[in-house]
Amino acid sequence: MTYIRLDYSDLVLPALLVVMNGACSLALQLGLERRLAIAALRMSVQLVLVGYVLTFLFAIVSPFWTAVAAIAMVLFAAREIVARQKRRLQAIWSYGLGAGAMLVAAGTVTTLALLTQLRPDPWYHPRYSLPLLGMILGNTMTGISLGLDVLMTGLVRDRAAVEARLALGETRHHALLPVTRDALRNGFMPIINSMAATGIVSLPGMMTGQILAGVEPVDAVKYQLLIMFLIAGGTGLGTLAAVIGGVYRVTDHRHRLRLDRITSE
Amino acid sequence: MLSVHSLSRLHVVASFELRAGECIAIQGPSGVGKSLLLRAIADLDPNEGTVKLDGILRESMPAPLWRRQVTYVAAEPGWWADAVEQNFARWDEAIPLIEELNLPPTCGAWNVRRLSTGEKQRLGLARALTLDSRVLLLDEPTSALDPNATAVVEAIIARRRSTGTGVIWSTHDGLQARRVASRLFIMSGGRIEEST
Repeated sequence: MTYIRLDYSDLVLPALLVVMNGACSLALQLGLERRLAIAALRMSVQLVLVGYVLTFLFAIVSPFWTAVAAIAMVLFAAREIVARQKRRLQAIWSYGLGAGAMLVAAGTVTTLALLTQLRPDPWYHPRYSLPLLGMILGNTMTGISLGLDVLMTGLVRDRAAVEARLALGETRHHALLPVTRDALRNGFMPIINSMAATGIVSLPGMMTGQILAGVEPVDAVKYQLLIMFLIAGGTGLGTLAAVIGGVYRVTDHRHRLRLDRITSE
Repeated sequence: MLSVHSLSRLHVVASFELRAGECIAIQGPSGVGKSLLLRAIADLDPNEGTVKLDGILRESMPAPLWRRQVTYVAAEPGWWADAVEQNFARWDEAIPLIEELNLPPTCGAWNVRRLSTGEKQRLGLARALTLDSRVLLLDEPTSALDPNATAVVEAIIARRRSTGTGVIWSTHDGLQARRVASRLFIMSGGRIEEST
């Protein structure tokens, strides 16, 4: 397997494309140049750092440090979930629910793939477990944040309808069912769209990366299919866990709607 | 029948007894806490105090069962489906009531978005009455109705009372309060006091 090795100097020309975007923003007075520069700089620093961190983790192959890296990834993803919601649960619950759902979903799916399909030695080898977890987390995060956002927004909007059902003696699960279904549909939609478009509209990044690294396209496709199935499973599981957890948190044991537990950004 | 003792929700505190077939009117200005009190009795909001139905503590029964027996009817009822009849658990049972409330039985197919406030109020009341609750908590049930429709609603509720249903009726209208209720409570500063 051969691949064309890049030096940092090889990145100067592509980076000029981002500079070109900044110039467009200046010329058209879009006011995006500062945000563009910060985002590009942040991405570069983060990726270079993660490259060194992964090199370190791959060298020591420690279950402890691999777990620390995995937990850090989950926590950063939980922070991102909270940031993407207009209305969210109060305090620790907003982080806890997102992190918990992701830990359950992405953890289960990643462990399943490591133990059954990939079987690296040792099974937690960071070269396999961390990139896999990263890809699953990235997509699960989108599903969970969309699901929770639609749930919270829908409950505030449809408060009168939900409370009318509760007042007529329906259970909280039944009264919240339309909003819950809406939240789950929205959470599932990105991965469904992504699966439908993959291979025709887009070539996924991982598959493209493998092909560029010299892997035969047919083999790269098998890896990509594995990843897509894992992502779909993780997103479904995570969205379901987060939305059901959210339903429990915005109601109480007396089947009351507790909008006082939701805050706005 | 319904016993309310030291019930408190935010600034509202109340204690009273409601007998079978009795109607208590609660009168007071907007924002004084009439809806808060009715919602607290129905256990729709967190609250403290003791509420019993026929001596049975509210907390000893599941909340949905409690609300089917002690039913809150909002002044502006909520709707969760497009067609009117989809918002009723037992549409067929509601039709005679709906006709009595001067709405055609074909209104089941109407879209709730096109209903007037008065139509919504009458349909919301009909929907709650199909439950055959022991106690009705009526939150300004005729606030959007004309005098004729108001008289029909008052007659329907009086008929329910004659079969033993207890009613707590909140209203701005002092004349209506004296017309429908056997006892009148005035709410002020979050507290209720019986008017003699």
